[in-house]
Amino acid sequence: MSYVLEIKNVTKKFGDFKAVDSVSFNVEDGGFFSILGGSGCGKTTLLRMISGFEEVTKGELLIRGESMEGIPPEKRPVNIVFQSLALFPMMNVEKNVAFGLQRQRLPKNEVNTRVAEMLERVDLTGFEKQKVTELSGGQRQRVAIARSLVLQPSILLLDEPLGALDRKLREHMKVELKVLQKEIGTTFIYITHDQSEALVMSDRVAVMNEGRFEQIDTPKNLYRNPETSFVAGFVGESNEFDVADYVDGVLTTKHGCKLNKPGLDFQPRKLFMRPEAFILNPTEDLDDIELINMRVKNILFDGSNTKISATIKQSQDEVLISLPQNAQFEDLQEGDDIQAGIHRDDLKCYRN
Amino acid sequence: MKNRSSTFYLLLIPVLLWLVVLIVTPHLDMMFRSFRLETDEGNMIFSMNNYLTFFKDKIYWLTFVKTALYSIFVTFLAFVVTFPVAFYLTKVIGKKYSGFMTLLLLIPIWIGELVTVYGWMILLRDNGVINNFLMKIGVINSPIEMLFTNFSMTIGLLYMSMLFMIVPMMSALDSLDDSLIEAASDLGASKWTIFRQIIIPYTTPGIVSGGIIVFMLVIGDYVAPNILGGKSSLWFTEQIYNKFLSSFNWNEGAAFGFLLLLLSSTIVWIALKLTGQKLERVGS
Repeated sequence: MSYVLEIKNVTKKFGDFKAVDSVSFNVEDGGFFSILGGSGCGKTTLLRMISGFEEVTKGELLIRGESMEGIPPEKRPVNIVFQSLALFPMMNVEKNVAFGLQRQRLPKNEVNTRVAEMLERVDLTGFEKQKVTELSGGQRQRVAIARSLVLQPSILLLDEPLGALDRKLREHMKVELKVLQKEIGTTFIYITHDQSEALVMSDRVAVMNEGRFEQIDTPKNLYRNPETSFVAGFVGESNEFDVADYVDGVLTTKHGCKLNKPGLDFQPRKLFMRPEAFILNPTEDLDDIELINMRVKNILFDGSNTKISATIKQSQDEVLISLPQNAQFEDLQEGDDIQAGIHRDDLKCYRN
Repeated sequence: MKNRSSTFYLLLIPVLLWLVVLIVTPHLDMMFRSFRLETDEGNMIFSMNNYLTFFKDKIYWLTFVKTALYSIFVTFLAFVVTFPVAFYLTKVIGKKYSGFMTLLLLIPIWIGELVTVYGWMILLRDNGVINNFLMKIGVINSPIEMLFTNFSMTIGLLYMSMLFMIVPMMSALDSLDDSLIEAASDLGASKWTIFRQIIIPYTTPGIVSGGIIVFMLVIGDYVAPNILGGKSSLWFTEQIYNKFLSSFNWNEGAAFGFLLLLLSSTIVWIALKLTGQKLERVGS
């Protein structure tokens, strides 16, 4: 397998502050790779190093096997779709898309055909002469992507380009971007703080925290088997508990809830449970199930995403539990007593 | 509703007063004067004579053209000098310093034109600071004549007007998102291309509005051409001044004033057409 991008122990320092702390990863050609992290985690700095706007303090950065040291942004085979999109407001759609090709001094008719092809691909034929300021958010997005893709870069970098869109359009663009990437086959590296964007679109996701990668994995693995407590807490919703004690395969939370979790070879400090991992009023025949008695505290109705918050009777800990979508628990009331079961595999424990 | 409309009229009064008392009336008065001629018997008659004087005498014509060309030249110089400064203050150093540095730049305006012009005299005259320095380090043997030339006049005009260029240009540059520059660079543009294709088109409204202010100030300036330009300066405002205060021919002075107004308006109009700008947009 050939790697289009290889990052080897890359560090970026601003003064004494390490924005990116010896990060290493490889991106396979033709993939959709996301870097997911909160603000200030270093993901934008990493992206700017790949594009050449920031210099690498230490480490190596290779694109298609070639070192990018000392190569300015305009000479790198990567292009960025900026967070603000950065469309040129004084040019129309066509001129925006043609800008990069014209810089390569290509013959005029080649520029024109490639621009026309690209605009057709992003479904903007007929908008050539429109001012970019007159386009809708989704259209502007597509112009920005077309403007970069028309140069046929080895990698397309996307810096949270969906951030400014409203929710409905964002959902739509997620699907559109994923389809576009599969069609064109260009490697996408996508930066975002929105886990749903990363999970829906990517082949692989790197979760970044304080300048380091916590885990690089497929979206499914990231969600099912988070390797660190940060990933468990950051990706998807989770009930987080401090673990006070672990003796003879029994966990005790800080507030005194006891759960069986045999076979851990370390002393756990944190416990995570997904809201949807709970089974309400489970039948007797299930194996390896921990049963917890609770009282319903609140019903948080949100359509298909309805949850309840409940208090564990034993410890007064509060947990969020997803309700099944078959309206089975529609009649649940505040103050009702319920029993919730959780499989022991779904008790995710971490050292710190 | 009634309340709102009374406020509306109340607020209209100062605007109308300003326009009518300070702008429209004096101009109308000047216009009437410019078409009046005092006959030998002392009667006032309507005549085009004041304007004809201008076309008959070659010196007026030459002064007129020179004033126009130099004003355009100084405006261009003001752009060349202030653009790098404006770019540096808005894009290179942080906001923290740029405010303070802009304030420093504006100091000459507080002092007033007359004082700064005298300052330039001290620098430029034959035994002045610059000539003394050049002779001391041995670059020249005898002083270069700088004062009372077109050169010294240009410097004076530039110095008093260029600050009015920098403010609109800085606000235009300030609103230019840095990511536009980065995007252009990412798409393969050289520094020169970014300057020509991105920065200049984006800041054109600021450049034009600054340019109009500078041009108007320069073409209507009297102090710098008169003091720094000396006798050879031939600036059109001086001709107007002479008409009013030397030969006391207010009617001809008014006609000349109107010609200057016509000249500057025409040049501004052409500049707006050439740059594809609208007056409303530039004016805001």
